Amino acid sequence: MPRRPIHIKPKLEYLAILDGSGTVDEALDPRLDADKSLYLYRLMLLSRRLDERCINMQRQGRIGTYGPCRGQEAAHCASVIAMEPEDWVVHAFREPGSFIHRGWPIERVLQFWGGYEEGCSPPEGGRELPIAVPIATQMPHAMGLAWGMKLRDDKHAVLCYGGDGATSEGDFHESLNFAGVYRLPVVFLIQNNQWAISIPIEKQTASETLAQKSLAYGFDGIQVDGNDPLAVYAITKEAVEKAKRDGGPTLIEAVTYRLSVHTTADDPTKYRAQAEVDKWEKLDPIPRYQKYLVRRGVLNEKLIGEIEADVSAEVTAAIQRFESAREVDPLDCFAYMYAEPAPELLEQREEFRAALQREGIGKGH
Amino acid sequence: MAQMHMVAALNKALDDALRMDDRVVLLGQDIGVDEGVFRVTADLLKRYGEKRVIDTPLAEGAIVGGAVGLALYGLRPVAEIQFSGFDYQAFHQVEEHVSRYRNRTRGRFGLPMVIRMPCGGGIRAVEHHSESREAIYAHTPGLRVVMPSTPRNARALLLESIRHEDPVIFFEPKQVYRAFREEVPDEPEFMPIGKAQVVRSGADITLISYGAMMRATLEAGDLLAETDHVSVETVDLLSMAPLDTESIVQSVAKTGRCVIIHEGPRRCGIGAEIVARIVEKILDHLEAPIRRITGYDTQFPYFARERAYLPNADRIAHAAREVLAF
Repeated sequence: MPRRPIHIKPKLEYLAILDGSGTVDEALDPRLDADKSLYLYRLMLLSRRLDERCINMQRQGRIGTYGPCRGQEAAHCASVIAMEPEDWVVHAFREPGSFIHRGWPIERVLQFWGGYEEGCSPPEGGRELPIAVPIATQMPHAMGLAWGMKLRDDKHAVLCYGGDGATSEGDFHESLNFAGVYRLPVVFLIQNNQWAISIPIEKQTASETLAQKSLAYGFDGIQVDGNDPLAVYAITKEAVEKAKRDGGPTLIEAVTYRLSVHTTADDPTKYRAQAEVDKWEKLDPIPRYQKYLVRRGVLNEKLIGEIEADVSAEVTAAIQRFESAREVDPLDCFAYMYAEPAPELLEQREEFRAALQREGIGKGH
Repeated sequence: MAQMHMVAALNKALDDALRMDDRVVLLGQDIGVDEGVFRVTADLLKRYGEKRVIDTPLAEGAIVGGAVGLALYGLRPVAEIQFSGFDYQAFHQVEEHVSRYRNRTRGRFGLPMVIRMPCGGGIRAVEHHSESREAIYAHTPGLRVVMPSTPRNARALLLESIRHEDPVIFFEPKQVYRAFREEVPDEPEFMPIGKAQVVRSGADITLISYGAMMRATLEAGDLLAETDHVSVETVDLLSMAPLDTESIVQSVAKTGRCVIIHEGPRRCGIGAEIVARIVEKILDHLEAPIRRITGYDTQFPYFARERAYLPNADRIAHAAREVLAF
C-alpha cells in the first residue's frame, strides 16, 4: 500500500518559435511558403485595421459596443488558417480575422456590432458558427459538431475559440470532458489574454497554466506563445492533423494580451497598470511577424506600403457596404423564428405591422 | 394494433424514428445499457448500436449543448434529461442557443432537435423529481413545448417532434408512464404540434388541461355528468407552445364557462395565458369568471404531502360547480 506518484499519459508542453525581436528557431519554423506567409500577414493587418476603425465607429455612434482583438491577431489568424474548408470553426467574439479568412463578408463583423442579426448569418454553405456572447456556451456546440463527425466517420475537425474567462465556466469543463470521453476531433484554442474584463488570470484560476486543464480530461494540452504566429500555426496544424487521425482532442492555450479595452464600454485604467500594457506592446505580433518576413525576404518596404493601402481600402469598402445597407425591415423580427410560424405568432406580426404603419415606421428604423 | 402503456409507446416512437431516419441519434444518461431509468429506451442500444443510442457522462449542459452541435452537423438528436428537475443545468443552452439559432443566423441554421424529459409529480419520488415547469419553456420564444397525455398521442407527438424542423421540448408526464394501456397502431402516426384535441364534447362548461392532469379532468367530467347532469366539454391541449387559441376559444365561446387544470404553479402558468386569450378574444361570451385549479405558488412538496397537494377530480368538479352556479 505505497504512496507513490501517478504517471498520466497526456502531456503538457510549451512552444515558441519566433520571439519578440523577430528571432526564429529555424528547426521549428513551419516554413509557410511566400504566398501563405503574406496572406497571414495581410489577414492579421486587416484584423488590426478593422479593429481600429470599429473603435472609431463606436465613438462616432456608427456601431454599438465593440470588443476589440488588438494584440490577439496571431492567436486567431494563425490558427484559423490551419483549418481546411470542410472543417468547422466555432467562435467566441474576439476573432474578426477568422470570419474574414473563412469567407464572411467583412461587413458581417460590422453588422453584428452594429446591431443587426445579419452579422450572425454565415454565407451559403458556411461551416462557421457566429459570435457567441455568453461565455463558453459555444464550446459544447464545437464538441457536438466533432461528435457528429465521429458518428458519421467524417475525417474533419473543429476549431473552437474561447477566452481565459471561459475556462472557469461549466460549459468549458463539460465540453472537454465529453471530447475526452468520446475522443472527438476538436481543438479548443483558449486565447489567454490575461484579463476577463477586470479579473486577471491569477484570480481566474490557481492553475499554473490553462493548458494543463486538459490533463484532467485525458488529453494533451499545450501552451504556446500566442503572439507568435509561427508557433500558433504549427501547433494548430499539428493538433488538427492529430484530431483527423483519430488522436483525440487538444487544448491549446495561446498566451497573448488584450492590448485594448475589453469592449468600448470598458475603462481598463481602473484595474491594470500602463506599465504592463507597455511591456506587452513590445511583444505585439504584427511588427514581430513583419520583421521575420522582411528577414526572410518575403516582405519589403514597398510591399508593406502596398499591403497597408490595400487593407485600408478593403476595410473602407466594407464600411461603405455596411452603411449603405442599414435599412432593414423591423417586421423581420418574426421572419426567422420558426420554419413554420404558428397562428399566434402571425397574429402578433400583424399587430406589429399595424403599429409600424400607424407610427409611420418602416425600413431604416 | 397493440395495447401498451406510455413507456412502450414512447419506445415505439423512438424505434420508428431510428428506423425511418438514419440522422436520428439518441443521447442521454443511462439510456443505453441501462435502457433509461424508466425503460423508455429499452432494446434500442441492442437494435441500433452505440452510434445511434449514446450513453453520456453526467452533464445536462453538455447533453443539450452537444445536441446543438449534432443538429448543426445535420443529425437529428433526441436528448433525454433524466428528470426535468435537472434541466436547469442545461437551461442556459436552451435560452441562449437552442431557442435562438434559427433567428440569429437569419434562417441559415435551424435546430431540429428534441429534448425529452419526464415531468410532474405523483410517483413518490425524491426532491427535484416532481416539478412541472413547462411554463418556463413556453415563455421562451423559439421553442415548441408539448406534453402528451395518453400512450397513443405520446407516440404520435414524439414522432412529429423528431421530424419537426425546430427544437421541441417534449415533456413526459411520468405519472402516466405505466398508469394505463391504450391501443397504439403498428404504423407510425404523426400528430401536428400546436393542435389541441376536444376529447369530450359538451355544452355547459369547458375543462381545459393537459398531461397527467387529463385523467383527473376526465374523471371530474364523468362525475359532473353523472351526479350533476352537466354536459361537459374537455380539451386536451397537447401543445403548450404554440397554444391552440382557436380550439380553446371555439369551445369556451360555446359553453361560456371554463375551468383550467394543470400541475405547475399558477402564477404566469399556462392557465394564465389561456385566461388572457379567452378574455382578449371572447369576453362577451363568458357567463362566469374562469377558474384555475393548479399547483400552488409553493415548492412542490416532498412526496408525503404530494397526494394531498396535486389537483384531483373532486377539486376540479367543485370549481366547475361554482362556475356553473355563478
